[in-house]
Amino acid sequence: MDMQVAKKKLGLKEKYQVMTRDLDWTPTYQKMEDIYPYVHYEGIKIHDWDRWEDPFRLTMDAYWKYQAEKEKKLYAIIDAYAQNNGHLNVTDARYINTVKLFLTGVSPLEYMAHRGFAHVGRAFPGLGPRVACLMQSLDEMRHLQTQVHAISNYNKYYNGFHDFRQWYDRVWYLSVPKSFFDDAITAGPFEFMVAIGFSFEYVLTNLLFVPFVSGAAYNGDMGTMAYGFSAQSDEARHMTLGLEVIKFILEQDPDNLPIVQRWIDKWTWRGYRVLTLVAMMMDYMLPKRTMSWKEAWEIYFEENGGALFRDLSRYGIRMPKCAETIALEKDHLSHQAWCTFYNYTAATAFHTWIPTEDEMQWLSAKYPESFDKYYRPRWDFWREQAAKGNRFYNTTLPMLCQTCQVPMLFTEPGDPTKICYRETDYEGMKYHFCSDHCKEIFEHEPEKYVQAWLPVHQIYQGNCFPEGTDPTAEGFDPLKAVLQWYNIVHGRDNLDFEGSEDQRNFAAWRAQATRNV
Amino acid sequence: MAVAAIREYSFAPLDLEEKFHGNRLLYVGWDDHLMFCAPLAFPLPPTMPFRDLVEKVLPPAYSYHPDFARIDWAAVQWFKSGQPWQPQWDESLEQNGLRHKDVIRFRTPGLTGLQGSCS
Repeated sequence: MDMQVAKKKLGLKEKYQVMTRDLDWTPTYQKMEDIYPYVHYEGIKIHDWDRWEDPFRLTMDAYWKYQAEKEKKLYAIIDAYAQNNGHLNVTDARYINTVKLFLTGVSPLEYMAHRGFAHVGRAFPGLGPRVACLMQSLDEMRHLQTQVHAISNYNKYYNGFHDFRQWYDRVWYLSVPKSFFDDAITAGPFEFMVAIGFSFEYVLTNLLFVPFVSGAAYNGDMGTMAYGFSAQSDEARHMTLGLEVIKFILEQDPDNLPIVQRWIDKWTWRGYRVLTLVAMMMDYMLPKRTMSWKEAWEIYFEENGGALFRDLSRYGIRMPKCAETIALEKDHLSHQAWCTFYNYTAATAFHTWIPTEDEMQWLSAKYPESFDKYYRPRWDFWREQAAKGNRFYNTTLPMLCQTCQVPMLFTEPGDPTKICYRETDYEGMKYHFCSDHCKEIFEHEPEKYVQAWLPVHQIYQGNCFPEGTDPTAEGFDPLKAVLQWYNIVHGRDNLDFEGSEDQRNFAAWRAQATRNV
Repeated sequence: MAVAAIREYSFAPLDLEEKFHGNRLLYVGWDDHLMFCAPLAFPLPPTMPFRDLVEKVLPPAYSYHPDFARIDWAAVQWFKSGQPWQPQWDESLEQNGLRHKDVIRFRTPGLTGLQGSCS
């Protein structure tokens, strides 16, 4: 009788070796530089890709298993939330506007991150980072899908959810996150990894996800909470990858240090400018607040980030130089941003409102140095005027920063009464910036940023009207035409929350669910 | 510095003057009145008299503010690219030396926004 020989099972370490590193080979009939054409031109020198340490030692088969488990749990919660009309349990229908902001401003970035990591994974000759990038690329696609699925439930009941994909390409304020990510994916593979893998995923991610997810928790939005938590376990892996990349690059060659430092300076600033939207969300849009933007910045950047950069100083890396400017802005950022959306609410795909007296007291307490002195007079005046039927709309389009594409709403560092103007001449044309940092980013690569698709300029060039529009026709209404081109319905998706269809429907449905009406 | 690229990298700027159908972009900021959250962008014909800018273009943009009606235009201080500047009201924007994408600001002495808050 033959003995059955038990198949030898691979140990974890062997399995990792066999299923990742051993998959690689050295090409013989193609040149390395033809297969990996993007790996040298940024000036980063890598001598030994095998020195890459995988922080997780995860193989693809285990990856699928873990992710499938997470999905099962997530969709069970999302289904329960939808079936029980969970949307009627949020604190206040104003809250739903933060979900609109997330879907339109953040979810498309997940998709771009999916593309970006797929691209750089292909570009790296080292197998370790390639496998890590492959997994992150799949994670990012999963994040987009789970967000779209979870949020699609809101689209059944509320306005401002129906065309997030097109809005990302067209709507003025969404050009801010879009240009941020387009800048990153059109950079080389190493810059992308420092930009997204490190500066965004490691340094700034807690300022993006924690406010939205804890905001959802505080405001009774189980759906958003569920996809947030599901993504969080992936984020831990992404953060570790981001840090590993920095250390790996810096350990490979001393010439890499100044390049990496410049990227960290650039991308911390670029990311921070995108977070302007988060700042106003935290301070103005959440009915039940978690903490102020200023407090979040102090905890997640100044304390945690400070420790990180002290740790990295052994590689010669210092704190991003924009940190000083940001510290001067933290008392003002959210107020200036929400005022801007109040100015231009006619062209937004979510509603705006004037903070209530209670909320203004909260803002005074959180911002004792700035709110009463600089911002309360604006809100008081606007409220008074709105009560008289004279609601303020800014009817002229704003000047934009060439680099971050945010309207020039930021004030001089240290003087909140003066707009910060910066400009430079390049090949016979003037370019304008909101800050020294945006100016410096432009001046380092002007050839790139002269191509910026600035929404205001595109409207004035006539590129943002539906096909066949005649802007010279009598009675032509440019705002109406632009909204049509955006696919934002005037009077339904935009303008004040007060009096909106969302407000009426929420109140009526909640009454049906809780009373005998 | 030049952009790092794998081959020649040269593209036309998106905002050349000829793309604006005969207009030029002019940016205008009103100091100490941040109720208007940012400076404004106007596409204007270079032949427009400066007086028309002040008397026809600015009022619909700024007259919502109670300070606007109180402006003493003779006392207004003008700045171009941050430098003190004296426009000639009856000359055109072009004759006043305003090129595509120039930025001008005006300061209205004595008027510093709602309750002096620069709003």
